[in-house]
Amino acid sequence: MPSHDVLVIGAGLAGQRAALAAAEQGVSVGIVSKVHPVRSHSNAAQGGINAALNPDDTWESHAFDTVKGSDYLGDQDAIEIMAREAPEEILHMEHLGVTFHRNEEGKLGTRAFGGASAARTYYVADITGQAIMHVLYEQLMKYSEQITRYEEWFSSSLAIDENGECCGVVTRNVADGSMELFQAKSVILATGGSGQIWKPTTNALICTGDGIAMAYRVGAKLMDMEMIQYHPTTLAGKGFLITEGARGEGALLLNKNGERFMEKYAPNKMELASRDVVSRAEQTEINEGRGFPDGTVALDITVVPKKRIHEALREIVLVGRDFAGVDITREPIHIKPGNHYTMGGVKTDVEGRTDIPGLYAAGEVACVSVHGGNRLGANSLLDTLIFGKHSGRDAAARALRTDWSKPSGKVLEDEQAMIDDISGREKGSGRRVSEIKLELGQTMDAKVAVFRDEAGITEALETVRRLKEEAKTAYIDDHGSIFNQDLLGAIELGYMLDVAECSCIGALERKESRGAQYRTDYPERNDEEWLKHINLEKTEDGPEISYSEVTITQWQPEARTY
Amino acid sequence: MADYTIKVRRYQPESGEPAYWEEFNVELDPSLSVLDGLLQAKDRDDGSLAVRCSCRAAICGSCGMKINGKSGLGCQTQIGEAQEQADKMAAIGGKTAAEASSPVGALADNAGVHTGGGTATATNAPIVIEPMGNMPVIKDLVTDMESTHWTKIRRVTPWLLPHGEPPEREYIVEPESMVDITQSMACIQCGACVSSCLSMEADPLFIGPAALAKAYRFVGDPRDAETTERLTDLAHDPHGIYDCTHCFSCVDACPKGVAPMDQIMRLRRKAGENGIEDPNSGHSHEMAFVNIIEKKGTLDESLLLQESFAPGVLGKLMPTKRAIKEMIGSLPTAVRGIKTGKMRSLPKLIPGVHHKLPGGAQDEVKAIYKHAEEHNEEFNLYIKGEEGDAEAAVEERLEPDSADYLPTAGEKEA
Ligand SMILES: Cc1cc2nc3c(=O)[nH]c(=O)nc-3n(C[C@H](O)[C@H](O)[C@H](O)COP(=O)(O)OP(=O)(O)OC[C@H]3O[C@@H](n4cnc5c(N)ncnc54)[C@H](O)[C@@H]3O)c2cc1C
Ligand code: SF4
Ligand code: SF4
Ligand code: FES
Repeated sequence: MPSHDVLVIGAGLAGQRAALAAAEQGVSVGIVSKVHPVRSHSNAAQGGINAALNPDDTWESHAFDTVKGSDYLGDQDAIEIMAREAPEEILHMEHLGVTFHRNEEGKLGTRAFGGASAARTYYVADITGQAIMHVLYEQLMKYSEQITRYEEWFSSSLAIDENGECCGVVTRNVADGSMELFQAKSVILATGGSGQIWKPTTNALICTGDGIAMAYRVGAKLMDMEMIQYHPTTLAGKGFLITEGARGEGALLLNKNGERFMEKYAPNKMELASRDVVSRAEQTEINEGRGFPDGTVALDITVVPKKRIHEALREIVLVGRDFAGVDITREPIHIKPGNHYTMGGVKTDVEGRTDIPGLYAAGEVACVSVHGGNRLGANSLLDTLIFGKHSGRDAAARALRTDWSKPSGKVLEDEQAMIDDISGREKGSGRRVSEIKLELGQTMDAKVAVFRDEAGITEALETVRRLKEEAKTAYIDDHGSIFNQDLLGAIELGYMLDVAECSCIGALERKESRGAQYRTDYPERNDEEWLKHINLEKTEDGPEISYSEVTITQWQPEARTY
Repeated sequence: MADYTIKVRRYQPESGEPAYWEEFNVELDPSLSVLDGLLQAKDRDDGSLAVRCSCRAAICGSCGMKINGKSGLGCQTQIGEAQEQADKMAAIGGKTAAEASSPVGALADNAGVHTGGGTATATNAPIVIEPMGNMPVIKDLVTDMESTHWTKIRRVTPWLLPHGEPPEREYIVEPESMVDITQSMACIQCGACVSSCLSMEADPLFIGPAALAKAYRFVGDPRDAETTERLTDLAHDPHGIYDCTHCFSCVDACPKGVAPMDQIMRLRRKAGENGIEDPNSGHSHEMAFVNIIEKKGTLDESLLLQESFAPGVLGKLMPTKRAIKEMIGSLPTAVRGIKTGKMRSLPKLIPGVHHKLPGGAQDEVKAIYKHAEEHNEEFNLYIKGEEGDAEAAVEERLEPDSADYLPTAGEKEA
C-alpha cells in the first residue's frame, strides 16, 4: 500500500503547486494524475494570469474588479488573499523559469483582459497555462526525491476513517489495471472542472468533475454549483476557445450587419466587459436574428497589427487555421458563447479545507469562492496557484500533527465490486456509455446555459435523473486490465451525472439573475433574498439544499454596469 | 458529412495475438479531425480501441500517432485532408508498387493497405493510422512514452539552474530572449518528432529532438547559469547534439512549430561559440554534410567519412592518424546505415559513382547556401508568423523578375 503524508489527486496547476508547497514543508508527497501531468487541462489556458504587480496598480483594485465580476457572490476574504498574494506568486513563477512576456525594458509586460480596470494580465504568448504548467513539471522532476509521481493513475473514491476523516484514496493504475488503496494523512483534490457535462465545451475530454463527485459522495458540501461560465468566443459546434486575449489586443465583436453591438450592452468596457455580460449580449443578438445563419457573431482580429498577432496570439492563428479554416489575420472568425468554466465546486475555506477533516480541494474543483457568479478571465490560473499553495502548506502542517489511520469500510473491495459490476454487463443489456454522455451534454447545453428558466431546468433535471438510472445498466466493450479507457469512461459518467444533478438543483433553487445564472423568469438580481451561497449535500434522495453567507469585507453590493 | 474508412493498426496485449489491422467506417464532417473519427469508432463500434487524447485542440500533446505514415497529432489533422493524402498515396502506390525502393516503400508496413489491399484506386483509400514509431506499443495507439521520451527529457537536466538567490523582483532580460526560447517552450511533449526521427531509428540512445529542444529552452535562457556545463555535456555525449543528421523529419512532424532541428543547430552553434570541444567529431561530420551538399547538391555518402575526418584536399592526400582511426571506427555505423536504409547501397559509397546534380540545379543549391550565409536567418514563428506569410513574402519578392510573369491586360494598357 503506497502511503504519503500528503497525497495530491490531480496534476494540473493547482495540484502541482500544492505538491511543491507541501514538499517544501518537509513531508512526503505523492501526486496522482489520470493522464500524464503535462496533459492536464491547465495547459489550455491561453490568455494569462492576473496580478497587480505594476507599481501603478493596487491589489485593492484587482480585488474590487474580482468582486464586481463575481456579481458580489465572491467571498471577499478569499478574494483579498488572492489579490494580495498574486504579485509574489507571479514573481515566484518567473524565478522558477516561466518565460513571461517582457516589455522593452526587459521587465514583465502585461496585456488587457475583460472586466479589469488595469492591464494586469501577465502572459507567455498565448500559451500561458502550458508554459507555467511545464515549468512546474520541471520542478516536480527536480524534486523527485520528495515528490513521487503516479502518472496515469485514476483515483475513483475517497477513503474515510472511523472518525469521519479522510485517510486515503482508491486508485487504479491505468497501465495495468491494478487497484491500490493509497494511504495519506491529508488528501488534496485538484481534479479540475466538469465541462464535459456540457456539449460542446472548451474543456478537455478529461474534465469530468471526478473530484467534485468523489467529495460529494463522502459527504463534503458543494457550493455555487449553478454558476457555470459560458465563454463569449468559442468556435460553433466544436467548442474551441479563442482567448479573451484577442479582445484584450483590440479585436472587435460584430453582428451580421457589421455593427459593433457591445456599444448597446456595455458602452464603457465594450468587448472587455465581464464574460457573462458579453455572452448574454451575443446570445441576444443571435436570438433576435442579428447573428449569422450558423448561429454565431463575428470576432474581427484583423484590426490587431500582424506583428502583434504573431507574437502574442499565435495559438489562435493555429486554432483558426486548423479548426475553422480561417486565417484570422485576414478575415473575421465566427464565434458564439460556449461552456467554459465551473465556478462552483467543493466548498472550502481559504486554506483549502473542505467540510471533511483531512480533505482539501484547490483549483477548479474547489469553490473558495473567489469567482462567485462569474469568473474574470485570467483569475483562474491565479486561483489554482494561490489556493494550491495554501492547501499544500496546510495539508502538510496537518500531516505533521496527525497519525496514520485506516478506512472504516472495505473501500478497495467495494471499488473492485463496482468495477466487476460494470465489466460484467452484457453487450446490449442497456445503452452505450457514449450515448448517455451525448444526451447529457446536449440537454445541459440546451437548458442550463446562458439563459435559463424553471421549465427548462426542470426538464434537464428529469433527464439527468433518467440518465442516472440508465447508467446503471450501461455496458462497455473492453473487459481487459491494460489501458481500459472504456471502463474509466463509465466511472466518469457516474461522476458527471452526480455533478449535473447538483448544477440543475442549484440553478432551479436560485430564483434571481446573478452572474452566469440568468433566469428569464427572474431577470433581476435580488440581493435581499439571494445574496447567499447555495450549498448542496448528498442524501439518499438527492442533494439537500442549505445556505451560507457571502463574506463581505469592504465592498458593498452595487449595481453592476460596464 | 462524408464517409471515411479508417484503418487502424491494433494491438491488444491481453489477447495473446500479434498486432493486426482493423477498418472502421465513420461518418463526419471533413473539417473534423482524424481523432474525431477514431473517437466515433470508439463510441459507436468498439470501446476497447485505445487512444490517448484529451484536449482535441493540439495543446495537451496526448494524441501523437502516424497518419498515412506521417507522424503528427490526430486532433490536428483534418480527416478530409487525411483522405486526400491517402488517395494520393494510393495513386502513387499503385504506380510504383513494383519498385520496392520507392518512397512509398518506406511505408512497407502500410503498403498492404495501399497496394496489397487492392485499394489502389486513388479514391477513398482507407486512412491508415498507426501508433508512433521509435516507441514500444502498449495497446493499440497507446505507446510507452516513459521509456523513450520522458527518460530522455530528464536526461537534459530539465529545470532552470539560476545563479544564487533570485532578485527582489523579476529577472531583467532582453525581451527577444524570451520570445526566442518561447519557441521551444511551445513544445507540448507529444513525441511526434521522436516518432519520426531517423537518427533515433539508427541510434536508439540518441537524446533526440524533443529533449534537445527542451535543452535549448535552458541554454537560450539568460537566467540559467549553467550554459557552458549544459553545452559541454550535450556536445560530449556521443548520442548528443552531433548525433542529429539534419534530416528535417522532426521539423516536418512537429505540430507546434518548435522546429527541434533548429534548436539543435542553435545548441551546436552556441557550443562552437563557446569553444566547446567536440570529441566525437560530430561538428566536423556536420560540416562535412554541409560542404558536400554545397559542392554536389546532394549527399554523397562516399565522401562523408573522408570529409568528416580529413576534410579538404590536404586531408585527402595526407590523412592524420586520428582521422584514419575515426574513419575505421565509423565503418560499423556506415554498415548499419546501409542496413536501415539511411545510407544508399554500397556502390554509391565508392567515390565518383555519385554524380553532381545537373548544372542548373547545382547552381541553385549554391544560391541557397549564399542566401543562408548572407542572412543567417532563423525560423521562429513567434517572430515571423506562419508559412503562408513567409511564402507570400517570397512571392512578393520573386514575382517582378520571374520569367513566368505575364502582365495582365490592364497592366499592358497602363
Ligand atoms: C480553453 C481554456 C482556456 C483558459 N484560459 C484561461 C486563462 O487564460 N487564464 C486563466 O486564468 N484561466 C483560464 N482557463 C481556466 C483554467 O485553465 C482552469 O480553470 C485551470 O487550469 C484549472 O486547473 P486545475 O489545476 O484546477 O485543473 P486541471 O488543470 O484541469 O487539472 C486536473 C488534474 O486532475 C487530474 N484528475 C482529474 N480526475 C482525476 C481522477 N479521477 N484521478 C486522478 N487524477 C484526476 C487530471 O489528470 C489533471 O491532472 C482556461 C480554461 C480553458 C478550458
Ligand atoms: S533533424 Fe535530427 S533530430 Fe530531427 S528528426 Fe532528423 S535526425 Fe532527428
Ligand atoms: S518538439 Fe514538437 S513534435 Fe516534438 S514533442 Fe515537442 S511539440 Fe511534439
Ligand atoms: S488531444 Fe490533445 S493534442 Fe490531440
